Amino acid sequence: MTQMASSADAKDEGLVFHPMDQFIVEPLFGAGPVHWYTVTNVTLWMALSVVALILIMVVGTSKRALVPSRAQSIGELAYGFVHKMVEDVAGKDAVPYFPYIMTLFMFIVLSNFLGLLPMSFTTTSHIAVTAVMAMVVFLSVTILGFAKNGVGFLSLFWISSAPLALRPALALIEIISYFVRPVSHSIRLAGNMMAGHAVIKVFAAFAGVALISPLSVVAITAMYALETLVSFIQAYVFAILTCVYLKDALHPHH
Amino acid sequence: MSIKTDVSASTCIDGYGSAIGMPQLCTDWASNQIFWLVVTLVAIFFVLSRLALPRISAVISERQGTITNDLAAAENLKSEAAQAEVAYNQALENARSEASRIIETAKAEIKQELDVAIQKADADISLKAAASEDAIADIRKDALTNVKSVAKEITSELVKVLGGKVDSKTLTSVINKKMKG
Repeated sequence: MTQMASSADAKDEGLVFHPMDQFIVEPLFGAGPVHWYTVTNVTLWMALSVVALILIMVVGTSKRALVPSRAQSIGELAYGFVHKMVEDVAGKDAVPYFPYIMTLFMFIVLSNFLGLLPMSFTTTSHIAVTAVMAMVVFLSVTILGFAKNGVGFLSLFWISSAPLALRPALALIEIISYFVRPVSHSIRLAGNMMAGHAVIKVFAAFAGVALISPLSVVAITAMYALETLVSFIQAYVFAILTCVYLKDALHPHH
Repeated sequence: MSIKTDVSASTCIDGYGSAIGMPQLCTDWASNQIFWLVVTLVAIFFVLSRLALPRISAVISERQGTITNDLAAAENLKSEAAQAEVAYNQALENARSEASRIIETAKAEIKQELDVAIQKADADISLKAAASEDAIADIRKDALTNVKSVAKEITSELVKVLGGKVDSKTLTSVINKKMKG
């Protein structure tokens, strides 16, 4: 901070806001340009999410106990939660796609929670990450829809329950909303994660001023609680929307 | 936060190591993120689909099976208990009817014996009554003849005292006539 203040920059001495610095992607070892294969903080925190997944879902359930331990309960709870979601929202015939939705849900929820650790990097706060997942969902659901229903998949946009005169207009709206899906799907998650973390960082910067610092700590605590909630809810929303899209692909007729 | 003088050679970081604008919009890093995301998702998918999900689903279905078995066993035991109760009630019913049958026969036997005894007693009584009647008839007959003879004697004595003459035949007929009343 002192070095920053001593610089010729016109930044304020006490309050230095760099709420976006936490989202910087940088090489883990040494310096240099970030190539596609460079081991970066993205790599580290994604790897940690895989480690956490293995701990919860594989190590925790290794005893295969009939009466589950706490760790096994968490694994079973996650399994039951997503499985029920897929079955209830997308239907019984969507169960074969359950591992894919489970993969997305577990990755997002673990990344979100790992991102809540101080000094951590939140991989899901980047649109590059969420957009890839949203595009994968969008493309696979669209391909699946045509593969399962052929041209009949287009009846998704032709609302037979509406008056005939309205149908072309509705079809246009439906098509637009269909193609906007991956945009909203990805920005919702990345935006939520980024906003919460940036707000916490802003409050943290205020802690530098002695007079406001108690309020700042309270505000950080409150935001942290909210972010814990958001972390789970956004993973849930991402997964349930995937289920909804999957349902549209399997049953395009309204 | 130390001064980095353009170490990362990026258009997204300023000379002080701070982000320029939103790092989310920095396209320089996108390929790195996408590459590692794909690696991570593939890794998670394989861990889940090869290890975790089959195991958890097996554990859950095994638990479900155990619960179903236990419930079925409980149902069996319950029906067995119900059968035992039915058998018990049946036995109780049988014992009751047996007991009442025994009581019935005992009553009938007693009644029969009683009837026989009463009949015998009645016969005895009627026999004795007949004997008594005979005795009474004899006594009455005796008494009657005695009365006749006493009356004859007294009458003859009276007649003698009064100075009459006693005709035995007349006396007898008179007395008989009087006694017939």
